[in-house]
Amino acid sequence: MRRMLQLRRNATNLLAQSLAVAATAFGLFWLAWIVWTTLRMGLHALTPALFTQMTPPPGEGGGMLNAFFGSALISLLGIAMGAPIGVLAGTFLAEYAQTPWSARIGAIIRFVNDILLSAPSIVLGLFVYTLVVAPSGHFSALAGAIALGFIVLPVVVRMTDEMLRLVPAQMREAALSLGVPQSKVVLQVLYRASLPGIVTGILLALARISGETAPLLFTALNNQYWSADINAPMANVPVVIFQFAMSPYEQWHALAWAGALVLTLFVLGVSLVARVFVARGHFTHD
Amino acid sequence: MAGSPTAQPRLSARGLDFHYGDVHAVRNVDLDIPGQRVTALIGPSGCGKSTLLRVFNRIYALYPGQVASGRVLLDGEDILDRRYPIDRLRSRVGMVFQKPVPFPMTIFDNVAYAIRHHERLSRADMESRVEQALRQAALWDEVKDKLRRSALGLSGGQQQRLCIARAVALRPEVLLLDEPTSALDPISTSRIEQLVEELKRDYTIVIVTHNMQQAARISDYTAFMYLGELVEYASTETIFSNPGKQQTEDYITGRFG
Repeated sequence: MRRMLQLRRNATNLLAQSLAVAATAFGLFWLAWIVWTTLRMGLHALTPALFTQMTPPPGEGGGMLNAFFGSALISLLGIAMGAPIGVLAGTFLAEYAQTPWSARIGAIIRFVNDILLSAPSIVLGLFVYTLVVAPSGHFSALAGAIALGFIVLPVVVRMTDEMLRLVPAQMREAALSLGVPQSKVVLQVLYRASLPGIVTGILLALARISGETAPLLFTALNNQYWSADINAPMANVPVVIFQFAMSPYEQWHALAWAGALVLTLFVLGVSLVARVFVARGHFTHD
Repeated sequence: MAGSPTAQPRLSARGLDFHYGDVHAVRNVDLDIPGQRVTALIGPSGCGKSTLLRVFNRIYALYPGQVASGRVLLDGEDILDRRYPIDRLRSRVGMVFQKPVPFPMTIFDNVAYAIRHHERLSRADMESRVEQALRQAALWDEVKDKLRRSALGLSGGQQQRLCIARAVALRPEVLLLDEPTSALDPISTSRIEQLVEELKRDYTIVIVTHNMQQAARISDYTAFMYLGELVEYASTETIFSNPGKQQTEDYITGRFG
């Protein structure tokens, strides 16, 4: 009787394991195919010219320098706008929302933040279009940065809040019991203890906004030429890929693939750096 | 309820009550802690001994909903009074916690952290203060060559001694130790117990411990608490060899707790 049960359990276990492995293999298969295709199509266009020349008119070869620069600038500006506010808000939620009243406000903020976190990025783009682009009468890299900032903000708030809450209560108490005021404890001890986590949050936000296309369509739009003017439309990688891939021109297709490859490698790189940061973080406190 | 020790009281609780929300955790405690002695607070889990300890530096103030009422006198001044400045209180009454919690900084910065906040010292003065504190915590010899290394690389026992150094660096008058050795191995435990014996020359020490043998070993006076009340308070010798209350005797002999 027991033997029957054990045999049946083993069979069920084997079945479940096989399904799990199969599901993983299925997922990995598509991932591998996407990565392989991107590599295959983009590798041959990965020339020095890609990084030294501007986006060309139809029918000509060229590069994506203006797009890379534009993406870098708009993304960094977006981080500069969203991350500081995010860290401060996350700090408020974790450290200062303790009294009955402020805890209630904190709960509301967390809830709204989660909504913003899952807001479709095209909606955010449309919002910034209505708020900034339409009144000013022109597209601009600045508007693009603002839209991306709205994507960065909730990610950083969430991460900062959670990383600060992970710091053991006793560390907070130990610092306070030395007679140091709360603001200094937060700045000098708690931030240091949670820095790897907070930086990871910012890096993950960067990886996410690097590939966002929809919000930029409404805000930064695109620019055929080199531009460093944040009050004017600016070239950026996702929109260039969008434009080039949909065109009938071979050279544009090749450039689009190359851009996609560079973007993928960049996001991969940032994610890896974020992981290294977290790993270092794990050695600093148990 | 006090059987008062004869040494001059440094810290006194009068009619002290403590509530965690609706839970009445400390009930009407009157207690005189003598100066330059080690006083142990013992009792079963949940008796209120840690709660009582945490009133003495008002660390509970971090958590709204935790309320203390009554008076606690430090050299005659009521430290529970809202007007008594908390940072001054905490520079006079230091605390070491159960779990060693070094700050994520160098060993030097850990010890110097609080000093920097309260005092302006020249570099040379700061270095000698840090050395003094580390010597008092019996850690100097082990770390003098690696002061600029991260404190997180120290062993558990060393980290706890670092926390003690951090607390004594401010030259407080009272040291509150909340089960300081319960997370440590026996060798580190006995080192810290030795340390406490030395420290009582300069500091008034209150130690919470769930280890009765430890209380018997190192304390001069022992207070037994049960369900928030101070049941008996006398010299350690008396408590352990000739307790006045049946409850105390039951706890000491292991009939409960």
